[in-house]
Amino acid sequence: MKRVTTSPHVHSSMDIRKSMLYVFIALLPSAIWGVVVFGLMALVTLALSIASAVLTEYLLSKVTKEEVTINDMSAAVTGLLIGMNMPPHVPFYIPVLASVFAIIVVKWSFGGLGCNWMNPALGGRVFVFFSFTSAMSAFSLPRFAADAASSATPLSSVKTLLSNGEVFTSASEMSGYSVMDAFIGNIPGCIGEVSALLLIAGGLFLIYTKVMTWHIPVSYIGSFAFLTWVFSGLRCGQGFFIPMNDLLMALFTGGLMLGAIFMATDWVTTPTTPVGMIVFGIGCGFFTFLIRYFGSLPEGVSLAIILMNVATPTIERYIKPKKFGYVKPVKAPKEAKK
Amino acid sequence: MSRISTFKRGGVHPADKKYLAKDSPIERLPLPAELIVSMSQHLGAPATCLKKKGDTVVKGEKIGTAASFISAEVHSPASGTVTEVRKVRLPSGVVADALVIKTDPEQPEMFTERFEWKDLSNEELLAQIKEMGIVGMGGATFPAHVKFNTGGKPVEALVVNGVECEPYLTADYRSMLERAEDTLEGIMILAKILNPKKIIIGVEHNKPDAIKHLEDVIAKKGYPIEVYDLKMKYPQGDEKQLLVATIGKEIPSGKLPLDVGGVVCNIGTAYAVFEAVVYHKPLIERVMTVTGEAITTPKNILAPLGTKASEIIAYCGGFNTENVDKLVSGGPMMGFAFADEDMPTLKGSSGLLCLKGEPLNTGVCVSCGKCVAHCPIGLMPNRMFRNISNAKYQEAMDLGLMDCKECGCCAFICPAHLPLVQGFKLGKKMGRKK
Repeated sequence: MKRVTTSPHVHSSMDIRKSMLYVFIALLPSAIWGVVVFGLMALVTLALSIASAVLTEYLLSKVTKEEVTINDMSAAVTGLLIGMNMPPHVPFYIPVLASVFAIIVVKWSFGGLGCNWMNPALGGRVFVFFSFTSAMSAFSLPRFAADAASSATPLSSVKTLLSNGEVFTSASEMSGYSVMDAFIGNIPGCIGEVSALLLIAGGLFLIYTKVMTWHIPVSYIGSFAFLTWVFSGLRCGQGFFIPMNDLLMALFTGGLMLGAIFMATDWVTTPTTPVGMIVFGIGCGFFTFLIRYFGSLPEGVSLAIILMNVATPTIERYIKPKKFGYVKPVKAPKEAKK
Repeated sequence: MSRISTFKRGGVHPADKKYLAKDSPIERLPLPAELIVSMSQHLGAPATCLKKKGDTVVKGEKIGTAASFISAEVHSPASGTVTEVRKVRLPSGVVADALVIKTDPEQPEMFTERFEWKDLSNEELLAQIKEMGIVGMGGATFPAHVKFNTGGKPVEALVVNGVECEPYLTADYRSMLERAEDTLEGIMILAKILNPKKIIIGVEHNKPDAIKHLEDVIAKKGYPIEVYDLKMKYPQGDEKQLLVATIGKEIPSGKLPLDVGGVVCNIGTAYAVFEAVVYHKPLIERVMTVTGEAITTPKNILAPLGTKASEIIAYCGGFNTENVDKLVSGGPMMGFAFADEDMPTLKGSSGLLCLKGEPLNTGVCVSCGKCVAHCPIGLMPNRMFRNISNAKYQEAMDLGLMDCKECGCCAFICPAHLPLVQGFKLGKKMGRKK
């Protein structure tokens, strides 16, 4: 029997599963780099978070007798992102808890894929960050670090020094790591966030394969860079316009690249219009800037993105694309009162 | 002179699959023993039927007459006898009256005498186009005498649509190669009626030999026509997109091309006008592409209107597989699927596709925004679809549902394979009811 459906009768070969697979592939280089510099424990953490995310989703669909959805790869991507957001030597129950929380509370309880309002990976990460703050802030030295290097992340060491009232000259020097270290990924940090280079490469791959567009990463990183360049010196008496070295250091650390390229571009929880995406990105940049320099946390990418996730429905409501052939409705002139 | 341009916003790039039928010259289909001629082959009111069961008809005789201002005449494609007047369901889902004509084995030789048209007035030309039942051949089948009657409004540009942006279809391409001289004369007839400042033929970049051939003939004849080489992008063949690509003007929402000084007409329409005016031949046959992965030999054929799909499929060697997924009248992006193999060809049937394939799994919307990015009209298909799914038709209309022209870019690109176009068709129907 021949099928009768509405047009179109041909479809693009890109479906949800393939897109998620591409995201997974784009994340892999940075994750592998994390394993290389932080050792096999990092690999175990990654594997645990992926496995627990996928298994949770599978069991959930069995319990609720719904369709098994693990084939769409979305749970695997969530798990991988959670793993990449863990410090290398984190106790194993933490990534598992984060994955379970992400899948059950953040994703499933709101209706599953497509219905959650918060990025599941970020929700899971923030949940364990505030539950196990000290374990989540204990970082270890990268394999290729110099002897004198500190195992605190560059941003948190700067923040600690600042709160001790030390005189500030250059953020990049104070942290003990060079900009090049941060770019390649030779700094302490979460497993998947250290190598800006590989994360940017993954982002370019996703833009090339049209899984995502440039709007959110560029507006996010751009607005954050601008605000940091102009205002971040104020907190430590550097004045306006910080040196280029410090600016690059700020961009390559603190999970900004991971957040801006892979977390802020989550389809479900971000606006769908190009202008809305730019507004979203600028909002993320602004809140990251606020939290990082004027808040108590050293970083702030996760919270900034979650804040903007909350704002997404509002952005969607008010920002619409300009319609083809749109003409401003002419208001009928009010008739003069007789 | 040619240049490369395209429309700005949205659009998609489906695999064009034109290689299937591209190189087969137009063949005339042998006259079938039975034709089913629908009275509704055009946009607007169905024609009023002039014949009844048992009547004899002559090739080219008028058998249906325009029922209102926007309607068109219908002529008999062959001599024969009316054996039945019955209802048929057309691919679009419309049910219309149709004459079943048993054709005579001997057909008269007709429409060979040439008539001079240069001395005719515009009114006479338009009357002739109306009398011959010419409609837009691109698929929308808008009655030509209504479209070309500009009512004295100035025309900046007559844009002839040789884009054929629908994948698979090659009927216009073959026509441009094989019937260029006559088609161009048809364009000159239209130019006489419209008196445009500029005449442009838009052809997409994947048909370089058609562009070359048209330019050669234009140079030989000395016609004031320009051929524009357009960058490939679907839906460039839509008049809104084509006008942006050629003369850079946006038709305001709810307005007509004429409001920005443009008139768009299909290559096939220009040829039909030529035949109507020069040979006094009514629109009783058309070129269509029979193609798709499931047909044995893809072909471009000249078939009388009312030919059953089964006859055409048999002529092209039948199906090459057991599991044909879909039969489609028209192109794959906007054509209509049908299951009945007795479906007759109509004035707007530009193609008959026999597609292989499997049903796609429909997922849920993941707000990826691809539909928004690719909508050539700048709508938000995701939000309109959500509203329609929840029976909020007014909200969908407020988002611009009525501006949607169902080009299918959103549904083509949707990674969840949502039936967006289906939703919009439903939404428009329900929205209009209120």
